[in-house]
Amino acid sequence: MKRKFIEERIFRGLMLFSVAVVLFFVLSVIFSVFKRGIPVLTWEMITSLPGGGFYIGKEGGFLNAIVGSLYIVGASTLLGLVFSIPVVFYLNVYLRQDSKLGYVARLAFDVLFGIPSIVYGAFGFTVMIFFGLRASLLGGIIVVALLIIPILIRSMDEVAKTFPKEILEASYSLGATRIETIGVVMRQIAPAIATATLLSIGRAIGDAAGVMFAAGFSDSIPTSLSQQTATLPLSVFFQLSAPQIEVQNRAYAAAVVLTFIVLILSIGGRFITSRFSKNKVL
Amino acid sequence: MKSRYRLFKDRMAGRLMLVFTVLSLLLVVVMGVGLYLKSAPILQEHSLWELLSASHWKPLRNQFGFFPFIMGTLWVTGIAVLIALPVAMLMAIYLMEYAHSAVRRYVYPLLDILAGIPSVIYGVWGTLVIVPFIADYLGPRFSANGISSGYTVLASGIVLSVMILPLLVSLFIEIFASVSNDLRESSLALGATRWQTTKFVVLLKTAPGILASVVLAISRALGETVAVLMVCGNLPKAPRSLLEACYPIPALIANNYGEMLSQPLYEAALMFAAFILFFVVLVFNLGSRVVLRRMAKDK
Repeated sequence: MKRKFIEERIFRGLMLFSVAVVLFFVLSVIFSVFKRGIPVLTWEMITSLPGGGFYIGKEGGFLNAIVGSLYIVGASTLLGLVFSIPVVFYLNVYLRQDSKLGYVARLAFDVLFGIPSIVYGAFGFTVMIFFGLRASLLGGIIVVALLIIPILIRSMDEVAKTFPKEILEASYSLGATRIETIGVVMRQIAPAIATATLLSIGRAIGDAAGVMFAAGFSDSIPTSLSQQTATLPLSVFFQLSAPQIEVQNRAYAAAVVLTFIVLILSIGGRFITSRFSKNKVL
Repeated sequence: MKSRYRLFKDRMAGRLMLVFTVLSLLLVVVMGVGLYLKSAPILQEHSLWELLSASHWKPLRNQFGFFPFIMGTLWVTGIAVLIALPVAMLMAIYLMEYAHSAVRRYVYPLLDILAGIPSVIYGVWGTLVIVPFIADYLGPRFSANGISSGYTVLASGIVLSVMILPLLVSLFIEIFASVSNDLRESSLALGATRWQTTKFVVLLKTAPGILASVVLAISRALGETVAVLMVCGNLPKAPRSLLEACYPIPALIANNYGEMLSQPLYEAALMFAAFILFFVVLVFNLGSRVVLRRMAKDK
């Protein structure tokens, strides 16, 4: 057999092997977490707050972290959407396609997307100190919102860019101003907004480094924006570093809850993209 | 009158949205300047070179050597890219050049899942699977003194490599898709095999994009915090082998943030660490994004 055919075979084999490796990693991550966590997961953990002696293995659950995460994720996603939809609209409807500002802005969002969440956390924390704020629910919401705004903008913009300009022109020719086309544009990119939202919820709920400084940690559910709050990832992280096996068990159980939420989000995102998207994405 | 109001509204909305856009643009600048100003006190006391090359980290004695942390970061990132690059490259080639589109439909969700799993879960996976594996199998055989806790450079590198895999694969897929099919077909028509076509046409044509993607993946790996923090061992000493503990820069910031407030210079040191991260990631991202954008435009 000629050398090039042998080479072809070897590389084809290597490619299949690499796909298998990735498949193995995915399954290994999910199964190892579920296998360790599901047997120790109890209803009580999800529905109760940490009791006395929680961190030495006494009773209680991590409801504080679940609710804290929901607060942060809900508020920051809302804040993020309010901020990013106008930006995407502006980039795609108000600016011309070869606009310098558009180029620079998109580049800036790429860069912001790449900046690690620990840097956001450290920066956010200093800004908060500067304004006399302490680690709090509000701080967590703001830092996480800053973290997800580039994600929201980038993934919505990706679809909005492919949005046919003829539709805009049709709308203008009927006498609409640019801002009045917003209804048309929104309807067109609605699936993209949904996917982007799910994507950023996934990122927001999993972020640990950013909220570590900005939101702090607490054993109770916050009742005001200025109180510290627990979050699921940090709850996993802190409990796992405890020496008692009971506390570690709870960390694994919390990890199962977190993984489960993220899996649902990522499957849901893919479903929306393939089902409702008029414009092809991947 | 009505139409004037509508035009006014149109312009006002435009202004407002412009403000939003510029604000988010400014965030990059404000972040850089803010971190720099915060780290200024330590740069006044110690020279930049001294900070980067000294290897003693004793904040209470005013010794701030970042060398062990920089080495830790470099080791961990290096291992991660070394593992992830060939796997991601081969997988992307398979998906784009070989596989049927039905295969892609099943593989993309897997990449989605991998990309969506939170960092702390990767950390849990690392402590459950990778760390024991290294402690039980690799440590006794390959480490200098025959024991390894498992919390090592290698464990961090493996965990990190899985975390940057989806990013690399999706970047590669995007740039491979930008190569026109005419080129592939001309090569195949001349009698080249698929792999030869891939090697001499696709990879050659996308070489700048591949480089840019790797740089982007490196910058992602540099800043990854919690997963690495959970498996790296957190020992402030420059590692000399894969089976030693290390202490990358993000872990340094995360571990010490609470306690540094009492000492101004300590805070400045950690802010300096965040500034280094910010600066390197900024430069890497700008460079590679500009290259990738140019490639997308050529298409």
